[in-house]
Amino acid sequence: MLNNIYNIFFIPEIFLASSSFVCLLFGLFLKKNAFRQTSNLAVFVLLLTILLVYYDSESNFANYKNLFSHSSFINFFKILALLGSIASIIISKDYFLGIKLKNYEIPVLFLFSTLGMMLMIASNNLMSMYLAIELQSLSLYVAAAIKRDSISSAESGVKYFILGALSSGILLYGFSLIYGFTGSMNFDNISFYLSKYDNLNLGLIFGLVFVMVGLAFKVSAVPFHMWTPDVYEGAPNSITGFFAIVPKIAAVALIYRFCLVPFENFYLEWSQIILFLSIASMFLGAVAAIAQSNIKRLLAYSSIGHIGYILIALVAANDDGIKAASIYMFSYMIMNVAIFAILLSLKVKNEYLIDISDLKGLSKSNPIVSLSISIIMLSMAGIPPFIGFFGKFYVFIAAIEQELYVLSVLGVLASVISAFYYLRIIKIMYFDESKSEGITNFQISFQSKIILSLSLFLIICFIFYPSLLINISASLTI
Amino acid sequence: MIDWPLVSVIIFLPLISALIILFIKEDELTSINIKWAALLATFGTFILSLILWLQFDYSNPSYQYEEKFRWFDDFNFFYHVGVDGISLFMILLSTFLTPLCILASWNNIKKRVKEYMLSFLFLETVMIGMFASIDILLFYIFFEAVLIPMYLIIGIWGGNRRIYASFKFFLYTLLGSVLMLIAIIVMYRNTSSMSIEFLQGNYFSYNTQLFLWLAFFASFAVKIPMWPFHTWLPDAHVEAPTAGSVILAGVLLKMGGYGFIRFSLGMLPEATETFIPLIMTLSIVAIVYTSLVALAQTDIKKLIAYSSVAHMGIVTIGIFLVNQQGLEGAMMQMISHGLVSAALFLCVGVIYDRMHTREIEFYGGLVQRMPLYATVFMIFMLGSVGLPGTSGFIGEFLVIVGAFKFSSYVVIGAAFGIILSAVYMLYLYKRIIFGTITNNKLADILDINTREKIILIPLAISVILLGIFPNLFLDPMRLSLELIIINYEIANAK
Repeated sequence: MLNNIYNIFFIPEIFLASSSFVCLLFGLFLKKNAFRQTSNLAVFVLLLTILLVYYDSESNFANYKNLFSHSSFINFFKILALLGSIASIIISKDYFLGIKLKNYEIPVLFLFSTLGMMLMIASNNLMSMYLAIELQSLSLYVAAAIKRDSISSAESGVKYFILGALSSGILLYGFSLIYGFTGSMNFDNISFYLSKYDNLNLGLIFGLVFVMVGLAFKVSAVPFHMWTPDVYEGAPNSITGFFAIVPKIAAVALIYRFCLVPFENFYLEWSQIILFLSIASMFLGAVAAIAQSNIKRLLAYSSIGHIGYILIALVAANDDGIKAASIYMFSYMIMNVAIFAILLSLKVKNEYLIDISDLKGLSKSNPIVSLSISIIMLSMAGIPPFIGFFGKFYVFIAAIEQELYVLSVLGVLASVISAFYYLRIIKIMYFDESKSEGITNFQISFQSKIILSLSLFLIICFIFYPSLLINISASLTI
Repeated sequence: MIDWPLVSVIIFLPLISALIILFIKEDELTSINIKWAALLATFGTFILSLILWLQFDYSNPSYQYEEKFRWFDDFNFFYHVGVDGISLFMILLSTFLTPLCILASWNNIKKRVKEYMLSFLFLETVMIGMFASIDILLFYIFFEAVLIPMYLIIGIWGGNRRIYASFKFFLYTLLGSVLMLIAIIVMYRNTSSMSIEFLQGNYFSYNTQLFLWLAFFASFAVKIPMWPFHTWLPDAHVEAPTAGSVILAGVLLKMGGYGFIRFSLGMLPEATETFIPLIMTLSIVAIVYTSLVALAQTDIKKLIAYSSVAHMGIVTIGIFLVNQQGLEGAMMQMISHGLVSAALFLCVGVIYDRMHTREIEFYGGLVQRMPLYATVFMIFMLGSVGLPGTSGFIGEFLVIVGAFKFSSYVVIGAAFGIILSAVYMLYLYKRIIFGTITNNKLADILDINTREKIILIPLAISVILLGIFPNLFLDPMRLSLELIIINYEIANAK
C-alpha cells in the first residue's frame, strides 16, 4: 500500500501538480522576495519533473483507464515543454523584477500551465484532452492579463480569453460530434471503430473539422491566428516569451497525436485541412511580418510561419514527419529562448526594446549581442549552417518522402520571403548608421546568461554533432 | 602522398584564424594587428593549397586527398571532401584571391575592421569547402552559407545603395538555391546516396531528370549569372567594396559554372541534352545583349560587371557543348575571368581610392600621371578582350573550336560577342587612360604604390602565365573532364 502511494507520487504529472500547490503556499507565506524564491522553487520543481519524465515507466498509466497515453514521442515533447518552461522562467525573472511585477503567482501560473501542457501532450481521450487544454489556457489567460494596471496587458488577456473560449467551444462541439458518431471518447477506441469504415460520414467530418479549427487556434495557424500578434504585443514581454516558447510545443504535439492516432486511417480527410493551414500560415507569416515595426508582433508572425513548416511535416504523416517535427520544434524552442533571453535583457533609453528601429547602432554599442541576434535571425530564416536550417531540411525530407513536391516548393518559396524580414533586423543593426550611440543597455543575470549561451551554442554547434538529437528523434513513436 | 587531412586544414584554417581574430581587441592602434593576422592566415592557406597542386596526381580522374567521416547517423550524409581536376583550380583561385582582397582593403576599410576580416575569412572557408565537397548536402550548406558574409560585406562596407543591393543579392540567390535543396532531397530519395562521386552517372528517369535539372538550373543560372537572371549582379558589384567585387566576380560566379559541370552534366545527362538549345540561346543573348549594355555604361564597375555576364556566357556555351575543347575552354575561361575581372575591379579600386568616383567621364589621360598603372591595366584589359598570349585567349579560343563541332550559329554569336568585348574594353581604356588630362582634379594623382604593386603584379604574371603555358592548368583537369564527358555520352547513347 505504502509502496503504491509512493509510486503515485512519482508520476510526473502528480508530482508537478502537488508541487505547484506547494509553490503557491510557499509564495503565499513568504514575506519578502516571494517572487524570486517562488521562481527558483518552480525551476527546481520543473527540473525534478524532467527527471521523473525521463525515468517514467509505462505501467504507471494503467491506473487512468487509458485517459492518458505513453510513448517516446509524448515523453520527448513533455521534456521539451518542461525545458522551455524552465528557460522562460529563468530568462523572465529579471524582467519581472525590472518592471516591478513581483506577483509570486506568475511562476505558479507557469507551473499550472506546464502541467496542463504535459497532460495535453499525453492525453488519449477527448475528455482528458479538453480538460488539459483548459487547464493550460486558463493559466495563460490570467498570465496575459497579469499586469493589471496596464491597459494593453488587460486587453490582450481579454482578447485571448474571448477567442480562446470561442475556440474551446468549437473544439468541444467537435468532440461531441465525434463522440456521438463513434460512441467513444478514447482515441484507441475511436480508431478501432473507424477502422471498420472506408470513409467518414457527414457527422464525423463535421466533428473532425470543428476539432481541427479548435486545434488550429491553439497552434495559431492561419486563418485562426488573429489573436497571436495582439496577445504577443499586449502581454508583458516575459509572458510573450513564455507564449512563444512553450504552449506551441504542446499544441503541436497534440495536433500530431490527434491526427495520427484516432484518425490515422483518414489521412485524406484531415490532410487537406492541414495542407491549407500549412500553406496559409507559411505565406501569411512571411508576408505579414514584413510590415511589422514592433519586434513582438514580428516574432508572432514568425512563429505563425514556423507553425506552417511543422504542419508540412504533419501532412507528410510518416516516420520522417514525426522526426522532422521533433527536430523542428526543438530548434524552434532553442531559437525563441535565445531571442527572448536577449529581448528581456536589452534596454534602449532605459526601456525594454519594443520598436525594431531602436536596434539601430546596436552593432557598435554591443557587438556581441548584435552578433547573437544576427545568428538567431539567420537560423530562423533557415540559412545553413545553423540549426534552423536542419529543422527545415528534415521537414522537406519528410514531405518529399511523401511526394509532396508542390508543398515543398511552396515551403521553400515562403522561406525566401520570410528571409527578408529576418535580414531586415540584421540590416537595422549593422547597415543603418546611427548618430546616437550608447543608449542601449544590456544587463543580463548570470542564470539567463547561461541559458542564452547554451542555446546559442546549440544553434551554432548543432552542425558538428547532429547525431545526438537526430538519433533521439528518429526513435520516436507516436 | 600526404597522410594528414590537408583539405580539411585548408578549409578550416581561415575559420580557426577568424575565431582567434575574434579575441584581438579592436581600436585605432590594434586594428593593424587584425589585418596582419588575417593576411597571414589567408596567405598560409594559399601556400597550403599550392601543396594540393604540387602533389596532385595528373593520371587520376577521380577525387584525391579524400577524407570521409560519418556525419549524420540516420542518413547517408558524410563529411566527405576531396579534390579533383575540376575543383583544384577553383580552390586555388579562392585561396589566391582572398589574400589579395585583404591587401586591397588595407587602407580603405576604416570602420569595423575586425568584422570585415572575419567576414572574409568565413567567406574563404565556405568557398573552399564548397569546391571541395563530395557530399551534396555539405556542398549545399557551404553554397548557402556564402550568402551570409557576402550580404554583410555588401551591406556594411558598400556604397550608397548598398542596402538595396545586399537584399537583392541575398534574396535572388537564396530563391535559386532553395529549389536546389528540394532537388537534392529528391535525388537522395531516389538513390539513398548523397555522394557526388556516386551520383555521377545516370540514376534518374528522364522525367525526374527534367525537374531536377530545372531546379539546379534555377540556382546556378542565378549564380553564374545567365541572362535574364543577371540583374542582381550589376547592383551587387557596383555597391560592394572593391574586395567584395573581387571575390564576387573572381570566385562566386564560378560556383555556378562549377555546379553546371558537376550536377547538370555529371548527374543529369539526358535532361542536359534536352536543354542544350535553351542554354545556347540564353548564352548568346547574354553575350550580345550584355556586351551592348556594357558599351553604354558610364560607371566603370558597372561596365566590368556587365562584361562579366558576357564572359560567363562564353563559359556556359563551353560547358554545354560537352566536348573536350568546350569544357576545357570553359574551365580556362572561368580561371581566366577569375583573375582578369578580379584584377580589373582592383584596378578600378586603385583609382576609386584616390578620386572616390567611378564615373568614366571624370577620368581621362591617366597615362600621363600613372604610367605603371596604365601598363597593368592594359594587361588585364587585353586579357579580358582575349588577346593571344593572355589567359582570356585560351578559353575563348577553345570554346570557339569546340563550338564548331556543335553549330556554326553558336560560333557566330560567340565571336560577335568577343568582338564587342574588344569594343567596350578598348573604348573604356581609351576614355580613362589615353588623351590629355582634362580634369584638374587628376593633375596630382599618384601612380600605384608598393602595396598595390604587390596586389596587381602577381595577377598580371598569372594572366600571362596562363596564356603562354595553358597546359600547366589544362593537364590536371583533363582526365576529370574526360570522365564527365564519357559518362555523359554513355548515358545519351542508350
